Amino acid sequence: MDAQTIIAKRIAQELRSGMLVNLGIGIPTMVANFVPDDVKVFFQSENGLIGTGPIPEQGMGHRLLTDAGGRPVTALPGACTFDSAMSFGLIRGGHVDITVLGALQVDAHGLLANWMIPGKMVPGMGGAMDLVTGAKSVIIAMQHTAKGKPKIVNKCTLPLTSARPVDLVVSELAVIAFPDGRATLLERGPGVSVEQIVAGTEAKLAIPEKVPEMRL
Amino acid sequence: MKTVSLAEAVAIIPDGATLMIGGFMGVGTPERLIDELVRQGKRNLTVIANDTAVPGQGIGKLVDAGLVSRTIASHIGLNPETQKQMIAGKMAVDLIPQGTLIERIRAGGFGLGGVLTPTGVGTIVEEGKQKVQVDGKTYLVETALHAEFALIDAFLADYLGNLSYVLTARNFNPVIAMAADTTIVTAEHIVPVGLIAPDHVVTPAPLVDYLVTNG
Repeated sequence: MDAQTIIAKRIAQELRSGMLVNLGIGIPTMVANFVPDDVKVFFQSENGLIGTGPIPEQGMGHRLLTDAGGRPVTALPGACTFDSAMSFGLIRGGHVDITVLGALQVDAHGLLANWMIPGKMVPGMGGAMDLVTGAKSVIIAMQHTAKGKPKIVNKCTLPLTSARPVDLVVSELAVIAFPDGRATLLERGPGVSVEQIVAGTEAKLAIPEKVPEMRL
Repeated sequence: MKTVSLAEAVAIIPDGATLMIGGFMGVGTPERLIDELVRQGKRNLTVIANDTAVPGQGIGKLVDAGLVSRTIASHIGLNPETQKQMIAGKMAVDLIPQGTLIERIRAGGFGLGGVLTPTGVGTIVEEGKQKVQVDGKTYLVETALHAEFALIDAFLADYLGNLSYVLTARNFNPVIAMAADTTIVTAEHIVPVGLIAPDHVVTPAPLVDYLVTNG
């Protein structure tokens, strides 16, 4: 199983029927592919849709039905559409149960940087700041390191996305939560040792006596 | 509401105007008005919109033509031309969290001086902004946005100017319809009054100043 699949599959286990879920671009989008059959969630696209379905088959797309990246999607039975004020009212107002987003850095207390590299990448924050500030639960889907460098750091050197810490980080190596503001190792990736995780992590991890392997 | 031709509608807009433009990555953007702005060569525009789409599409066409001197948006990451002009100092770009941007526009249209939002607290977005505490929670004061013109794309417009939208093309359109001095609308279909049921009207006719005729 490749890294992205491990991450997406593990995060899909966090979803419960009836939840309103917002998936970011990249690995987060893949989470939708691994939702168990008996779990029925509502996916939101922040451009104004609840009930976002899979990519349409050839010739069945509509140019005015897209996801937040502008790509054609389908709308599932029971879907609804709304304007951007409503969409971000849902997000900021705490009505979204889970958002899954990518990250550039997460620090030892769970603070996230995921929208800008000064002087290099200035795309704009889009909906990221509202999602992290307002969603009930924020889950980060990311590869554990970038070009061999740890992404879970002592302190973010990149601009923060929100003053609100994330709830869970899922990488191909580990599941990490932040109880009492402290990065804590919950699970290991398939065949991964605690030592490997520690070696790829700059932030000091609280490590319980038993760290089970992800059950995928 | 007045019905006008496409050329007449855009002739109303002077160089240097501030435009709110509907759409999200080009979906729900009044493409014909954009094309006509380019054709008439309106210059030095300030654009308030969610994004600048991609080159060759929607607001991206205004950027390609070098007609925009300032952009207020939440995301420009999918338009390398916008980034190029920003880095070259040809275009000023204000990047605003999407939820804050739409609320500032809503406030502008709803007669409010601004809104209080937790988004951006503790980040570089808070720089230079007033902070207030309400019930022990910190919020940023985000001031209202206005424009001279709102350019809207609807799905249905009736002969009076009542509007309805379709699927994900609604996005910023009904919100900006409230926040500008003059609202100009294109619609996929212009239909008899009554065809949009009262409960299905999203933008009421009195908000529409100009409806661009089809064909």
